[in-house]
Amino acid sequence: MDMEVETAEAGASRKRRVHGMLKMYYGMNEEGKTADQPESMDPCDINGPHFDPDVYLNKLRRECSLSELMDQESCMVKQIRSLDSDMQTLVYENYNKFISATDTIRKMKNDFKKMEDEMDCLSTNMAAITEFSASISGTLQDQHTQITKLSGVHTLLRKLQFLFELPARLNKCVELQAYGQAVSSHRRARCVLQQYSHLPSFKGIQDDCHLIMEKLAQELRQRFRDGGSSAKDLSECVELLLQLDEPAEELCDKFLNHAGARLHLDLTGLEAEIRPSAPPSSSSSSSSSSSSRPPPPSPSAADASPKSPPPSAAKTDILEFMDRGCNEFVSSLCLVVTSYQELFVTHAQTGELASKNIPQMASGKLQGFVDDLAARYFSIVERRIQEERGVGDNSLLVRALDRFHRRLQAVSKLLPGSQVPARGTEIVIRAATERVRQYLQALQSFYLDTLTDVRQALAAPRLSVAGGAGGLTASGGLPDLLSSLSASILNQIKSVLASVHLFTAKDITFSNKPYFKGEFCSQAVRENLVVSFVRFICQSSRQFCESSGDKGGSTPPALLLLLSRLCLDYETSTISYILTLTDEQFLVQHHSPVTPVTVLCAEAREAAQKLLNHYVKVQGLIISQMLRKSVETRDWVNTIEPRNVRAVMKRVVEDTTSIDVQVGLLYEEGVRKAHSSDSSKRTFSVYSSSRQQPRYAASYTPSAPMDTNLLSNIHKLFSERIDIFSSVEFNKVSVMTGIIKISLKTFLECVRLRTFGRYGLQQIQVDCHYLQMYLWRFVSDENLAHFLLDEIVGSTAHRCLDPAPMEQSVIEVICERG
Amino acid sequence: MEDDAPVIYGLEFQARALTAQTAETDAIRFLVGTQSLKFDNQIHIIDFDDENNIINKNVLLHQAGEIWNIGASPADKAVLTTCYNKTCDSRVVSCATVWRMPCDWDTGSSHESPDDSAHNPQTLELLCHLNDSAHGNAACVLWEPMGDGKRVISLVDNHALLWDLQESSTQATVSSTATLEGKGQLRFTVGKWSPHHNCSQLATANDMAIRGWDLRTMSQIYCIENAHGQLVRDLDFNPNRQYYLASCGDDCKVRFWDVRNVQEPVKSLEEHSHWVWSVRYNHSHDQLVLTASSDSRLILSNMVSISSEPFGQLVDDEELSDGEDAQPSDKIKEPLTDSVVSTYEEHEDSVYAAEWSSADPWLFASLSYDGRLVINRVPRALKYRILL
Repeated sequence: MDMEVETAEAGASRKRRVHGMLKMYYGMNEEGKTADQPESMDPCDINGPHFDPDVYLNKLRRECSLSELMDQESCMVKQIRSLDSDMQTLVYENYNKFISATDTIRKMKNDFKKMEDEMDCLSTNMAAITEFSASISGTLQDQHTQITKLSGVHTLLRKLQFLFELPARLNKCVELQAYGQAVSSHRRARCVLQQYSHLPSFKGIQDDCHLIMEKLAQELRQRFRDGGSSAKDLSECVELLLQLDEPAEELCDKFLNHAGARLHLDLTGLEAEIRPSAPPSSSSSSSSSSSSRPPPPSPSAADASPKSPPPSAAKTDILEFMDRGCNEFVSSLCLVVTSYQELFVTHAQTGELASKNIPQMASGKLQGFVDDLAARYFSIVERRIQEERGVGDNSLLVRALDRFHRRLQAVSKLLPGSQVPARGTEIVIRAATERVRQYLQALQSFYLDTLTDVRQALAAPRLSVAGGAGGLTASGGLPDLLSSLSASILNQIKSVLASVHLFTAKDITFSNKPYFKGEFCSQAVRENLVVSFVRFICQSSRQFCESSGDKGGSTPPALLLLLSRLCLDYETSTISYILTLTDEQFLVQHHSPVTPVTVLCAEAREAAQKLLNHYVKVQGLIISQMLRKSVETRDWVNTIEPRNVRAVMKRVVEDTTSIDVQVGLLYEEGVRKAHSSDSSKRTFSVYSSSRQQPRYAASYTPSAPMDTNLLSNIHKLFSERIDIFSSVEFNKVSVMTGIIKISLKTFLECVRLRTFGRYGLQQIQVDCHYLQMYLWRFVSDENLAHFLLDEIVGSTAHRCLDPAPMEQSVIEVICERG
Repeated sequence: MEDDAPVIYGLEFQARALTAQTAETDAIRFLVGTQSLKFDNQIHIIDFDDENNIINKNVLLHQAGEIWNIGASPADKAVLTTCYNKTCDSRVVSCATVWRMPCDWDTGSSHESPDDSAHNPQTLELLCHLNDSAHGNAACVLWEPMGDGKRVISLVDNHALLWDLQESSTQATVSSTATLEGKGQLRFTVGKWSPHHNCSQLATANDMAIRGWDLRTMSQIYCIENAHGQLVRDLDFNPNRQYYLASCGDDCKVRFWDVRNVQEPVKSLEEHSHWVWSVRYNHSHDQLVLTASSDSRLILSNMVSISSEPFGQLVDDEELSDGEDAQPSDKIKEPLTDSVVSTYEEHEDSVYAAEWSSADPWLFASLSYDGRLVINRVPRALKYRILL
């Protein structure tokens, strides 16, 4: 049994091995089961490898009931049956596959056999071909080398042919004027010819070529010289000539000469525009051409016929002139410079010419050339600018200058180191300064004209002091005149400032130059224009005082008063307004010291003071003259008893009143000392004392009648010294006080030179009382008038042969009646 | 260097006429004529004692009338002329007369009280009248400068009369006359006899014009029309520069003229605030000019630039350097600037006359209408600057 078991076991293990192999073949995974349920060692597991049917049977028998056994049995039978059928199917299938595989292998075996045969055939064929090919190449070797040689000879021959044909070709090119082609052909051949020049034939060709090229160069030079050709042609010429090894320096010279000639022609054309208009510069025909900008007489025409300058009837305005200058001269100059630089500087830098320092030489020449031409251009432009005298429309000049300056910037771009733009700027600056100067002159003459107008206005409706009626009609006239005068001056200043402001407008190229930002604003405009003008006003006002001082009244007094008020207004507001306006408009940055407002104001105030003083003097003089004549021309000893106030006194009061009205129109009232209640009724203290004097004289001071003196001297001791022609303040009362002081002092001095009779004294008493009645209201301190009138009466009493004064009541009656 | 205080003398009467006693070169002496219509007029002889700063006065009676102008003979100390007004038949006439002072006018009166001399004044001795029936009112009488006291000129209305004084000035005859012709009533207001050109020239003023006359032909040689804006009040010749003439007038100005070119004044001053009545060159140092005005002021000006010594005196400029002036060398080279030396305000009424002393060139007197005579000196600083 052991044996059996062993064999059974061995059989079983062999069976299992086969089983495993099959499983592998069919791709069944043994692992799958083992992984799930580890191979149970249970002999009762019917699917397990250690299944023992006996144990299983025993177990079943022991554990299960009959029915269960029955069921188990039937189930078992069913399973066995299905397994059997499965096995049968498998076997069958495997068999079929095996059969078909065997068939396929057999078929393949047949095919391969056939293919092998064909391959054999092929290899034999190939061997044959190789053999043939080797033999053919062997035969062709010689011919090949021959052909190569022949083609080399062919190219050489072609080159030679080119060389031999070169003269003819060049000739033809020259004939056709295809100079460029000729030069490039020649350049190609030149080296070869040079190299083989020892061979006579080549030498011949070279010589021929040389000749032809010489001719060509000649021709080119001719063309160059003729100058009729355009700039482009010209530059082409130069380029070719350079390639022909022409000496560059000579070419530069020629080029510049040529260009220079043409530019000079332009300049002559420009000059011709100035010259004819120079003598009759007064013609103002420029206005017509400014509106419609006629095309400038075509430059070519002007160039072609400079001998017949455009008819000078229509003088071109400056803008047109500048335009023409820019369009013709500056742009041609730029063109010349560009092409020149192209030819001689940029171009030469790359080529072999660079080694010869040509760029430097060329630039140097160009610099000189440009400077030379620019100098002439500038002188012409300056002459033209100088002719620009009318100050009417500044924008034209500014635009012209702008154009001028702008175009010169192009030159500066082309020639970075050039002085030309700087000099152009200088011209602009000079023109601007000159223009400012002209404006100053215009302002000054405007001012003088305005003054003349004012004078006429003053003279026309009889505004002077000749009577109260005249004074009344003048009311309103003076302030109107003053305001219109001051307004028109201010307007003029403003318009001039606006005109001048164009120079610094943002869109003007030269306005950002440091000069126009700084010095122009502060020095030229502020100092030389505005400040100078204000100074001029002050100065001319002062001249009124000085010149007319001798002749006495060549200037109407009203004008003096008006100007004084004008200057005072300037001092208080106008000057600072104008200067602020200027500073704001021009954004003046004061680099250099400028006249401060205070200094100008002080000057204006001084002028105002002087004018007002002079006014007082002149008016005082007029009244003085009346008083003096009235005193001097009368026989005071033999006069009759006074019945009336003398007419001259009435006249004095009338004139004083009208002066008062006149001054009141322009000046404020001013302060005066309080009046006493009976200002007009006051009696004369000194006079009364002098009246009493004869009574006391005999007993009191027998030899020396000092009491009159004493009283007046005591008065003088306590009163301040009266300056007659002293400065007055800027108000009506002060002015009137000054005039009355002068008049009364004259009266006093004249009285002292005369001798009076009794009635003479009485007449003076009456006159003085009359003056007293009317004049007190004009003066700042009535005591002053009283004092002077007292002095007059006192002095008269002193100069009286028979001092018998009139009763105060009688005087009053006479005066009130008058 | 303190300057001496001014010396003031008061007259009882109002006065306009003042002159230095020209012939007296030792004592400082001035003559003042008074103006009074009611009392006898006087001539005060003012002696100034420089060392003691004291004034001595003597009074002579001038009974003929109130004195408008007074002139002292350059040759005889005792002889003088006056122009005066006298009233007759209720008419006022101006006369000119040559007087002699009594020879013993100063005996024993030197230190007496004014009362004594006022009580017993001596009277002037009349030599001759310079009156001509054909002519009217005399404005002033001019002695021939530095002459022998034999020739005087009187300006009468529009005539200039040249008188020869004979028989110790007791007889006067008109040797020649010049007449100013023109429209209106022309009157000479003032004149001056030029000390130059052998005393052959006269300058007169009428209204606003100044005229020069040649005394040999009695014809006009120049005329400055509108010399002043108003009346010309006084004239004076520069004692050293023969063509230079100073004038003053009612326009408050003092003007200096070169009579060779009368279009424009050489110089014009305007320092006074009222009419200028008198202008006087210093006799020795013509840069010093004295002006008197009715603004009650007297002004002494230093007109160096138009003087005969425009560069200062050209002696010993080294010595200047130790003076107080810091820039002596410049001063020699450059003309000194004209300036007002000082303004004298001692007067309280109009000053109508000012005169330099004939004896002391640094001393001058001024007279105001209220009868105040003030004697002043040139400031010492200036005096030494001029002298050194």
